[in-house]
Amino acid sequence: MSVTTLEEKQYLLRFKCDKKSHLTILNHDVCATQCPDKLCTLFCPGEVYKWEGNRMQVGYEGCHECGSCRIGCPTENIKWEYPKGGHGIIFRLA
Amino acid sequence: MSEKFDVIVVGAGPAGSAAALVCARNGLNTLLIERGEYPGSKNVMGGVLFSKELRELVPEFWKEAPLERPVVDHRYMVLGKESAVNIGYKGMEWGEEPYNAFVVQRAKFDQWFAQKAVQAGALLINKTVVTECIVDKGKVVGVRTDRPDGDLYADVVVLADGVNSLLAQQLGFRKEHKPGDVALCVMECINLPKEKVNDRFNVKDNQGVAIEIFGEATKGNFGAGFLYTTNDGINIGVGTTVAAMVKDKLKPYDLLDELKSHPAIKPLIEGGESAEYLAHLIPEGGYRSVQKVVGNGAVVVGDAASLVNAINGEGSNMAMHSGQLAAKAIVQAKKRGDFSEAGLSSYRDALHDSFIMKDLEKYKDAPHTLESNPQYFKEYIPLVTKAVGKYFTVDGTTQRDKQKQIIKSFTEGKGTFKVLTDIYRVWKAVK
Ligand SMILES: Cc1cc2nc3c(=O)[nH]c(=O)nc-3n(C[C@H](O)[C@H](O)[C@H](O)COP(=O)(O)OP(=O)(O)OC[C@H]3O[C@@H](n4cnc5c(N)ncnc54)[C@H](O)[C@@H]3O)c2cc1C
Ligand code: SF4
Ligand code: SF4
Repeated sequence: MSVTTLEEKQYLLRFKCDKKSHLTILNHDVCATQCPDKLCTLFCPGEVYKWEGNRMQVGYEGCHECGSCRIGCPTENIKWEYPKGGHGIIFRLA
Repeated sequence: MSEKFDVIVVGAGPAGSAAALVCARNGLNTLLIERGEYPGSKNVMGGVLFSKELRELVPEFWKEAPLERPVVDHRYMVLGKESAVNIGYKGMEWGEEPYNAFVVQRAKFDQWFAQKAVQAGALLINKTVVTECIVDKGKVVGVRTDRPDGDLYADVVVLADGVNSLLAQQLGFRKEHKPGDVALCVMECINLPKEKVNDRFNVKDNQGVAIEIFGEATKGNFGAGFLYTTNDGINIGVGTTVAAMVKDKLKPYDLLDELKSHPAIKPLIEGGESAEYLAHLIPEGGYRSVQKVVGNGAVVVGDAASLVNAINGEGSNMAMHSGQLAAKAIVQAKKRGDFSEAGLSSYRDALHDSFIMKDLEKYKDAPHTLESNPQYFKEYIPLVTKAVGKYFTVDGTTQRDKQKQIIKSFTEGKGTFKVLTDIYRVWKAVK
């Protein structure tokens, strides 16, 4: 099967999710007022961020722990930590 | 858990496991800490591991390591919209000992490599995040982990924690990466029967192909794609800087899908079954982004120190080599009982004397030149593919007229001088 949507790609992965998010939006108003394109919703490779009108929804369960959002957010509005040891994404191949 | 070690290594990627291996072999009491379920479970690589640096640590590693095919055919492919220019080298000597390079799958490879350190006497603890370095009187004396009572002490802490290295930032050894200095890469592992791989790439069972892909793959941004053959499949990926993703509002997985459906690539992967999708950053800032690598009681190795040559696609070998050099310096420091910055500084010297810093210095202007002059990727690469296409097209035009047209297509609207200075600038950066 050739996968085409990101959902299908994410479905190939194994995650051991923690109950608590390792990613935190510091101030949702900053996203609303200072980031018209909601950049993290575009470049995040796991589509972890979804803008819901007035708040950023963080689907941390699908995070690849790549670090791009910490570096790419123009307002440094994301508190970025590693998931608890042994949790988060578990790559099986490359 | 308040036992004291000689060395604590944070991160069991190629850099950390190499450092732990050499420390343990020299009789140091070595602890290797990994946050993933197992070494490699957080790690991503397209997969070309150059053999030399691993050979120095584990001679004849190919007899025991989990490897995919040795690379016997290394190609460059420049994509136009519906075209491709190819150039490459196929050498049968690369398929024989000591081999030039292998494709590896990191989840398997990193477990094996970390076990080499364990066999040499290192203690490996998985599923443990180092949350900070413990600093006392200006010297790193240990690490705090996310385990209960998780403080651990050592004479030296090796930061091998990869591109994000939050620990090097915490210590003030380096600043946060700029979005233009890191490439966000996404890749897929695709299963494809061995016979299909062999047929499509014109190789035998134990022969592999590595293709570096430029041009359309990154929509004219600084970066590249790749396609490497595994034993029973293909790894394919693409990446460009976070800055470019932000500026052009690119979605990384869209870039990957476009690459996979390019007419020059699609037939190679057709019928394959996607097995995994992975994303990771590469520190591509080069020489100028390497910051403090030695401090009191601490050294930084591998991606954590930005030791990657983006121009040649070398990262894992530099990680291993820097780990080895750091370990040697620690062994020396142990003999003298001096773990201060001065006592460990032979690591910095060795790094600067090695191919790592020499190569990074040689290309020190390349990432910057290419990132900040988008005309190379946005204009010249499409022109090159068109020019080569024109050259091979038989349409009644004389070769002399074709050459004139090609040169004109390059200088049109820009002037010969602008084109020449652009070419000079990029030549200077990568020569
Ligand atoms: C898509 C892609 C393709 C690539 N292709 C190639 C290639 O073809 N050839 C090549 O040579 N290089 C390639 N590279 C680069 C190569 O992967 C890296 O240079 C190499 O992995 C660096 O090794 P490292 O040990 O320094 O870091 P990593 O491999 O990143 O290892 C760091 C380790 O530290 C652990 N860790 C991090 N923080 C903590 C913490 N706080 N506590 C505990 N553990 C921690 C991580 O889980 C990880 O295991 C590629 C990279 C990518 C992303
Ligand atoms: S990039 Fe930063 S500021 Fe913009 S929407 Fe995302 S978190 Fe908010
Ligand atoms: S770390 Fe990477 S995958 Fe995770 S949320 Fe940030 S950008 Fe997305």
